[in-house]
Amino acid sequence: MNDGILSVGIDIGTSTTQVIFSRIIMENMAGFFSVPHISIIDKKVVYKSDIYTTPLVNSYLIDGDKVRDIVADEFKKAGFTPADTQTGAVIITGESARKENSALVLEKLSDFAGEFVVSTAGPDLESVIAGKGSGAQSYSEENACVAVNLDIGGGTTNVVVFDCGKVVAKGCVDIGGRQIKLTPDYAVEYISPSASLICEKLGIDLKIGDRTDKATVFKICCEMAHILEQMLGVYEQGELLKKITTHGSSDFALSKPIRAICFSGGVADCIYNTHSEELKYGDIGVLLGQAIRQGRLLGDFKLIQAKETIRATVVGAGSYTTSISGSTISYSEKVLPLKNVPVLKLNDDEQAKAFSGDTQFIKEKINWFMTQSDSKSLVLAFKGYRNPSYNDIGILAKSLGEALDSVLGENEPMIIVTECDIAKALGQTIGRIYNNKRDIISIDSISVDDGDFVDLGKPLMDGLVIPVVVKTLIFG
Amino acid sequence: MDNNAVESIVQAVLQKLALQGNSVKTETEISSVVSSVMNEDDSNLVDITSKEVKSVPLLDNPADEDGLLRIMNKTPARIGVGRAGPRLKTQTLLALRADHAAARDSVFADVNEDLIKRMNLPAFTTCCGDRNEHLTRPDLGRKFSDETVSAIKSACTSNPDVQFIVSDGLSSKAIEANVENVLPSVIDGVKALGYSVGTPFFVKFGRVGCMDHACEIIGSKVTCVLIGERPGLGTAESMSAYITYGSKVGMPEANRTVVSNIHSGGITAVEAGAYLAEVIDLIMKNKASGVNLKK
Repeated sequence: MNDGILSVGIDIGTSTTQVIFSRIIMENMAGFFSVPHISIIDKKVVYKSDIYTTPLVNSYLIDGDKVRDIVADEFKKAGFTPADTQTGAVIITGESARKENSALVLEKLSDFAGEFVVSTAGPDLESVIAGKGSGAQSYSEENACVAVNLDIGGGTTNVVVFDCGKVVAKGCVDIGGRQIKLTPDYAVEYISPSASLICEKLGIDLKIGDRTDKATVFKICCEMAHILEQMLGVYEQGELLKKITTHGSSDFALSKPIRAICFSGGVADCIYNTHSEELKYGDIGVLLGQAIRQGRLLGDFKLIQAKETIRATVVGAGSYTTSISGSTISYSEKVLPLKNVPVLKLNDDEQAKAFSGDTQFIKEKINWFMTQSDSKSLVLAFKGYRNPSYNDIGILAKSLGEALDSVLGENEPMIIVTECDIAKALGQTIGRIYNNKRDIISIDSISVDDGDFVDLGKPLMDGLVIPVVVKTLIFG
Repeated sequence: MDNNAVESIVQAVLQKLALQGNSVKTETEISSVVSSVMNEDDSNLVDITSKEVKSVPLLDNPADEDGLLRIMNKTPARIGVGRAGPRLKTQTLLALRADHAAARDSVFADVNEDLIKRMNLPAFTTCCGDRNEHLTRPDLGRKFSDETVSAIKSACTSNPDVQFIVSDGLSSKAIEANVENVLPSVIDGVKALGYSVGTPFFVKFGRVGCMDHACEIIGSKVTCVLIGERPGLGTAESMSAYITYGSKVGMPEANRTVVSNIHSGGITAVEAGAYLAEVIDLIMKNKASGVNLKK
C-alpha cells in the first residue's frame, strides 16, 4: 500500500535537459481512533537521468523529436512505462520557455504524459521549484527561518526567499556561468548583453574575439557576486542590478532578515567545492563560483548544504509540484482525472455573500468568469472558515449549488475547492439538495488563487485523498 | 500583581475598616471587605485562560522570538512559559489551575436543558442517582431501570436501521459545543443514503456501554452514541462517537468503532457529521463494527 505514487520530472532548460523519477510516499498520520489525516511524508528520487545538452534546431527552438528520444530512452533505462506514473511535471525553463517550444513539447511528449503530467514554465515558477528541489524550502520550514535559494545556471540566477517554508519573494537576474564563454587561452567566444553592461561599469572593454586574462575575468565575476549581494540586501541596491533584473521580480525589500542561504544550479558545485581548473567548462562558471564564495554571502548568512545542485529544478518539478487534498472530502470518481480547470476565487467579501445565501451575486460572478475565461468548466474556490455551523453549511450549499447548477453546461461537474476543512459536509449537502443529478467534486486543504489552473488526479489511499497540481501558468 | 497594587489594596481595605468604626472584626468581616475592594475594579482584568493570553510567550529574552511564536502556534502545550527559579511563573500556575477547574466543572456540570429541548431530544437517565454515583459506579451508567426501559420503548420508533444517542459522559461541555452541528449533519447524511433513522434521545449520567442496553430496547441495527470525552487540560470540549453493529450488553469493547477528537481544534463538528455518515454506511454494508470491520 505504501509504495506511494510515481512522479516524473522533466526539465528542458537553456543548456541542459534532465529526467528524474521520484516516489511520493503518503501515510495516515492520524491516530487509529481519529478521522484519517493523510500527509505526504517522504519524496524519494528513485532514478536520475544523465544530464543532456538540450537539443536545439536553432538558437531558441527546441528539437522536439530529439527531446522525445531522450525522454523515451530514459523511461526505458529507468524501467518504467508511461502508465506507471501517476503524476509529474514537464518544466521548460530559461531561454527555452517560449510558446512555440511548449506547444511542441506538449505534442511530442503527449504519450509520455501518463495519467496526469503537466507542463509549466516561467522564471517565477522556476525559482520556486529550484528552491524546493535544493532543500532550501524544507530547511526554512523545519528551522522556522528565512532562507534564500540562488539557482545559478548558465544564463540566469533564479532567486527565491522562503519564510517558514512559504514563498515571500522571487525573482530572476541575468547572472550565470555562460554569460561569457572563453577558449582555453582566455579568448572571448561569447559575451551576453548583460555581461557587457557589467564590463562597461567596471571600465573593461571586452568584445567577442578579444584576449583577456584570469584577473580581469575574476574582477567581472566579483562584480556579479556583488550584484547578488545587493539583491539580498547586504549592500544598497545599485543601478546595474535593476537593469539586469527580469521584469516582474519582487523588490526583495524583506520584512525579516535572511538567515540561511542555499545554492543550486550548475554554478553551485563551484561554490560548494573548489575546482583547480578555472576554464573547465569553457566559461566563467568556476571563477563566478569562487567570487561568490569569497564574497559576503557565505559570511553573512548560514550556508545550507544543497540536497541537489544542478538537478534541483528537475527534482523540484518531479517531487514538489503535486500536493494532496484534505482527507475528508467528497467526489464522484468517474469524472476524474480533470486537467487545466481554471480557478475562480471568491475573496473574503464575496465568500461572506455566499455564506449569507446571495445566490444571485455568485451566479453573476460565475457567469462573468465563464465569459472572460471562455471555459466550460471552473473551480470555484474560497477560504471558508473554521468550525462553521451546520446551518451555515446548508445556506452555503444552497447558494453555491444553485448558482453553479444554473450556469454550468449540461454534464459539467461542480468543482469546489476550499482551504478550511469543510469539503465533505459541503459536498454531501449540495449532493442532497440537488439529488446528485450533477457530479460534485468538493475538496479542501488546498490553497489556490484567481487565475490559477488546477489538475485533479484519480483518488489515492483507498479513496481518501485526491492528488492536486496547482499551476500558476499554462501554455495557451 | 506588583507591590504597588498590593499596597493600594491594603490601603483601601484599611480605609473601609476605619469607616466602620474601631470595633474588633471577625475574619469573615475582614475578608468580605477585602473582596469588595478587590471587586471594585476588575474591568481590566484579563482572562489568563484565553487563547490570546496563552499565545504570548512568558519566557524572558528569547533568543529567537519569532521562532518561539511559531513553535507555540503549532501546539496547545504550555511551552515558552519561562520559569521563576525552578518553578512555574505565577500566571502559568494560575492558568493551569483554571484549566484544571474547567475540566472538573465540565465533568460535574449537567448538559444545558434548553439545548436538549431545542433539539427535541427525549431525555432519559441511567440507573445512576446523581453525578457522584455516575462517576463512581460505571456499571450503573450502562443500564436503564425497568421504568426507563418502557419509557424509551414508548417514546422511540422500534427497529430502525440507525439509532442515535446523545450522552453527557464525562464532559457536558463537549456535548454543548458540538452536538447541535454533528447530529443534524450525520442524520441528514445517513437518511440520504437511504437508511431509516430512529428517534434520537438524550441520556443523562451515561457511559459508552449504555448504547448496548439501548440497542436491545430499540432493536436498531447500527447504534451510535455521541458522548463527551474525559476532559484534559487542552480542551474540555472534545466529543467521541462510538458506533456498533448489533450492540448487546456484555459485548467486547473491541467491536466498537470510535471516532474521537471531535472539537473545534480537532475534526470540526460538521465535517465529523459528514464523515460519520460514511462510516455508518460502511458498517451497514459490512454488518460489522470495531475490529471486525476490515478497513
